[in-house]
Amino acid sequence: MSAHVFSNTGVMLNRSIRHVTRSMDTIITVTIMPIAFMLLFRYVFGGAIQSNTDNYTNYLMPGILLIAIASGISYTGFRLFNDMQSGIFERFHSMPIARSSVLWGHVLTSLVSNAISVVVIIIVGLLMGFRSSAGVLAWLAIAGILILFTLALTWVAMIAGLAASTTDGATAFSYPLIFLPFLSSAFVPTATMPGPVKAFAENQPVTSIVNTLRALLEQQPVGNGIWTAVAWCAGILIVAYLFAMRTYRRKIA
Amino acid sequence: MQAPPLAIHIKGLHKSYGKVQVLKGVDFSVASGSIFALLGSNGAGKTTVVRILSTLLKQDSGTANVSGFDVLAQPEQVRESISLTGQFAAVDPILTGRENLIMVAKLRQVKNSGRVAHDLLQRFSLTEAGGRRVATYSGGMRRRLDIAMSLIGDPPVIFLDEPTTGLDPEARIEVWEEIQSLAGKGTTILLTTQYLEEAEKLADRIAILHQGTIIVNGTLTELRQLLPPAKAELVERQPTLEEIFLAIVGNKEARS
Ligand SMILES: Nc1ncnc2c1ncn2[C@@H]1O[C@H](COP(=O)(O)OP(=O)(O)O)[C@@H](O)[C@H]1O
Ligand SMILES: [Mg+2]
Repeated sequence: MSAHVFSNTGVMLNRSIRHVTRSMDTIITVTIMPIAFMLLFRYVFGGAIQSNTDNYTNYLMPGILLIAIASGISYTGFRLFNDMQSGIFERFHSMPIARSSVLWGHVLTSLVSNAISVVVIIIVGLLMGFRSSAGVLAWLAIAGILILFTLALTWVAMIAGLAASTTDGATAFSYPLIFLPFLSSAFVPTATMPGPVKAFAENQPVTSIVNTLRALLEQQPVGNGIWTAVAWCAGILIVAYLFAMRTYRRKIA
Repeated sequence: MQAPPLAIHIKGLHKSYGKVQVLKGVDFSVASGSIFALLGSNGAGKTTVVRILSTLLKQDSGTANVSGFDVLAQPEQVRESISLTGQFAAVDPILTGRENLIMVAKLRQVKNSGRVAHDLLQRFSLTEAGGRRVATYSGGMRRRLDIAMSLIGDPPVIFLDEPTTGLDPEARIEVWEEIQSLAGKGTTILLTTQYLEEAEKLADRIAILHQGTIIVNGTLTELRQLLPPAKAELVERQPTLEEIFLAIVGNKEARS
């Protein structure tokens, strides 16, 4: 490993953060859909949905944040794909730098840009009546789970960015991820769903993550659910990382 | 007299993509401080050679040394001593010209990156455009920036893969002048080109890569001797490299 891995990664991060801040419209594109869902569920469907809660905006918030992250990481795939296509990736790889910094710059940028989206959505949520009495520790746990979730999906995006041969290929993988929250406890309690749908909803990762975030926001005990949520994120992260590195090595071989 | 040290030394290089054999035993050497032109038509394998030399691609067999370092065994030392200007301008269109230069300077741990960027912008007549995003640059400006980025850190060996393809004549001449001034300072330059005129104009030695091997390697004078002497026409005229190239390639194909 090169001695300059941190300095190199810093330069790469700086570069790709500029890509984010110079196309702020991507932050709007990423946040507008989750915000639209939040409005739709809160003001159109909300009255009819029996969520057993007195604040439906609070109920929605975790799922909305996961949707925002799932759509945000498609830009991570897009940025990496663009680097692969243009000569800049090869330029970096022919330079005396830590090669891993090229990928890590994108990963860290993904964390930063998704954090921006999450903050924007929470602010809009506050305007719509989102309130939480969660303490510092609970917020730290929430941040930790969101970061782990973002990291896991970011490495999925890295696979797409590395392997894709078209822009669509580098971004389309995120569409099914965006819809996963709809088949979970994110908007309605799973108890109302028919058998097979319910079975899927209760055993897919989003439900455990949503339930954990909701419990943390409402200062309820998280139980063992938090470990299921963490295990899902860590599992996806590890598998995606290994696949991404394999794809990467094949590309640069 | 002692022979000058070799900046690049390639022996028996083979490379296939799947079943397609692109390099079938390529040998050549480049003396330190010289300009060497690798000439070949589109698809001859020039980029493949350059990518192997810049540690982006591994050969199937054969050896390649740059500044005395083996590309397979000592890739990091090779990368320390080279710079690559690829076939397609490797610049970041979202950053400004100055930011592109500063980025490379920081990656190469060059001190005073701002100063280095400033000087290079001036040298490549990009001072005014330096604060603008590269997306707004013309093809010639991008190429100049691309080459400027490759000079940061003063690498002793520079690879230029078709540096003037797609440039207008004026931009082409600017790039030529820059290449000549670089070589004047002792940098070794491996240049690939499809333009015979370019090789003729710039190179100390010229090698022609054709059907997977180097079919000719020599100075322009040596290459000229491969053809019958200039005929006494109304105006005496030396054969151009183009005529030599076509004659050699033609003969070879006729024989095989
Ligand atoms: N990654 C690749 N996979 C398959 N074939 C390739 C690849 N890269 C180059 N080739 C083929 O190898 C041959 C030589 O390519 P290249 O080295 O780019 O030639 P040149 O630079 O002289 O135009 C071409 O026929 C090209 O199609
Ligand atoms: Mg080429």
